[in-house]
Amino acid sequence: MYKIVKKRVLNPTVTMMDIYAPMVAKKAQAGQFIILRVDEDGERIPLTVAGYDREKGTVKIIFQIVGGTTMRLNAKNEGEYICDFVGPLGCATKTDGIKKVCIVGGGVGCAIALPVAQRFKELGCEVHSIIGFRNKDLLILEDEFRACSDKLIIMTDDGSYGRQGVVTVPLKEEIEAGEQFDEVITIGPLIMMKFVVATTKPYNIPTTVSMNPIMIDGTGMCGGCRLTVGGQTKFACVDGPDFNGFEVDFDEAMPRASAYADFERREREACCNLFTKEVK
Amino acid sequence: MAIQPKKNQMPVQDAKVRARNFKEVALGYTPEIAVAEANRCLNCKNKPCVSGCPVNVEIPSFITKIKEGDFEGAYAVISQSSSLPAVCGRVCPQESQCESKCTLGIKFEPVGIGRLERFVADWHNQNYKGEITVPQSNGHRVAVVGSGPSGLTCAGDLAKKGYKVTVFEALHLAGGVLVYGIPEFRLPKTIVQKEVETLKKYGVDVETNVVVGKTITIDELFEEGYEAVFVGSGAGLPRFMGIPGESLKGVYSANEFLTRSNLMKAYKEDSQTPILHGKNVAVVGGGNVAMDAARTALRLGADNVYIVYRRSMEELPARAEEVEHAQEEGVKFEILRNPVELLGYNNPDDRRDPKNGSVIGMKVIKCELGEPDEKGRRRPVEVPGSEYVIDVDCVIMSIGTSPNPLIKSTTEGLEVNRHGGIIVEEQTGKTSKEGVYAGGDAVTGAATVILAMGAGKTAAKAIDEYLSKK
Repeated sequence: MYKIVKKRVLNPTVTMMDIYAPMVAKKAQAGQFIILRVDEDGERIPLTVAGYDREKGTVKIIFQIVGGTTMRLNAKNEGEYICDFVGPLGCATKTDGIKKVCIVGGGVGCAIALPVAQRFKELGCEVHSIIGFRNKDLLILEDEFRACSDKLIIMTDDGSYGRQGVVTVPLKEEIEAGEQFDEVITIGPLIMMKFVVATTKPYNIPTTVSMNPIMIDGTGMCGGCRLTVGGQTKFACVDGPDFNGFEVDFDEAMPRASAYADFERREREACCNLFTKEVK
Repeated sequence: MAIQPKKNQMPVQDAKVRARNFKEVALGYTPEIAVAEANRCLNCKNKPCVSGCPVNVEIPSFITKIKEGDFEGAYAVISQSSSLPAVCGRVCPQESQCESKCTLGIKFEPVGIGRLERFVADWHNQNYKGEITVPQSNGHRVAVVGSGPSGLTCAGDLAKKGYKVTVFEALHLAGGVLVYGIPEFRLPKTIVQKEVETLKKYGVDVETNVVVGKTITIDELFEEGYEAVFVGSGAGLPRFMGIPGESLKGVYSANEFLTRSNLMKAYKEDSQTPILHGKNVAVVGGGNVAMDAARTALRLGADNVYIVYRRSMEELPARAEEVEHAQEEGVKFEILRNPVELLGYNNPDDRRDPKNGSVIGMKVIKCELGEPDEKGRRRPVEVPGSEYVIDVDCVIMSIGTSPNPLIKSTTEGLEVNRHGGIIVEEQTGKTSKEGVYAGGDAVTGAATVILAMGAGKTAAKAIDEYLSKK
């Protein structure tokens, strides 16, 4: 059993938790992920490491409430326990040889982008961050990003905060203005990452994408997380989750990500009904 | 007394009924049938069956005990050599091991050794009330990586010798392939849990949720005071064919499909883990895993399940009993067929149609058997122009695995072969790294439960010798 040491609601659909898991905290690095089960009979879900405290033995996770499992997780409070928590899995984000980086995050993906930005800052790199959200209410981690970025651009789809528009607009402006990024790292919805890659490609700026496909064991056994990268089958759990964005077949990854959308919706509704009953 | 030419049948659930439930298919011998079957054993002098068993169970002696009605005595004989008799009695390919050597088999059907082993183990599990005597500790600590058949066997043998053993398991439940791979209807999970509980009584610690190679490395295990490490991390990443369409929705590896159903209990109505309930399911491959996947798909409600295999029925690598059971249950065998492409649904008028990207067909090509390959199996040769399409909404690829890279990539000095399997000395399981032993699928690539057990046993003996000298 793994204790929830801290819980903070970041916005109505996104929650942050610190989980006591000293073995995982000792090894975790930016870019890696964990797998958890909320309760016995629960589903295994992967979540990217959003931070860690090696001394306190805690690992930070940030999740969006999308289906039954994340809803059950969100129903847990500080001091309560979750059943399983295993990691750190996957490879850490590569930082070698990078002096100037542009981090492009979208929605809850910003939670994963943050530790990567912090890591580059720690290493003394120049960090530009572009983070995008649907609207002001969904904005998360603004202060944290400001603290680790030399330049921060916030975008909202409806213009309710920051600039109105999508993240690729300022990304292109930055590049056009002559900013020489050694690398662009993008984390967010597949469609956003696809367009970020399309933006950087003409300038040939190395672009890393963090993939978050459906997973079960997360240790290189089931093959559920496979992607086509550079024409080859790769497994996000052991070969990734970071990949060269120019090589990832997004058009194939997108329908795969929605394979259980129906099930998720039903689960969420069932879960909502259950919680409503309990409240009554 | 004349010898009964055929094996005593084992009672099974009716094929039509069991094809729709997840309860165990075979029900096991009654004591009466077991004694009758035991009496078919000639108790021949040279006992060739023993050499056919990868762990050399003293088969005629345990069968003699059954004849005498001393079932517990029979169990004692088996447990001298095998740690998991209830498991092996169910999943060993006896027809190509012990039973293939049986003297009776020259003229008649061989003795049902597997069925007898299963009977003895089940009888023990249900009736034995005695306590386990925990051996005195010898103070040495050993780490075992993976709780599948090789790890459990190695841990058990060492614990019985007084070693303090910790088993590290990556998943949330111990048992490895016995819990995530082999379905409930073939190996009830209560049996696996019982074996794990027995090990715990011997003082073995089982730590779940630890991925050796990630959470902790092998070198760190030594730093923590373990004096030897056994790596039984199992087979790894599933192989795919490399044909177009393998990333369509509805295409699974057998590992994923079976893990969802077995470990995550996705076959239950109220499971939180989803699984596709295909109506027309094609399973590619002819091994035990393919049979398990096909029969699971049937139980999830499929109307048609096809085994698509490129050779003929004779070459099917699966256990004979699994093939028979699958046929009885209605699995269709599309033999001498090789998939060339998976076809996907695409609605040109609606890009947001949720069905887009789902598999709807499998194009296969007919094959003929040609010259034997280096293993002596006749090679399938494709017949040009013979392609046709099978309508499917779910495809399960069951064509083997390649070793897991996690331990190799984080352990300096651990040598692997060109396939990625850990290189070991066959007689001891010793690897290129001091104090590290390995066995099972991590070494051999996908093989059987009993071979993995044999490797665990061999390594336990070698580790004991190694640490005794220290």
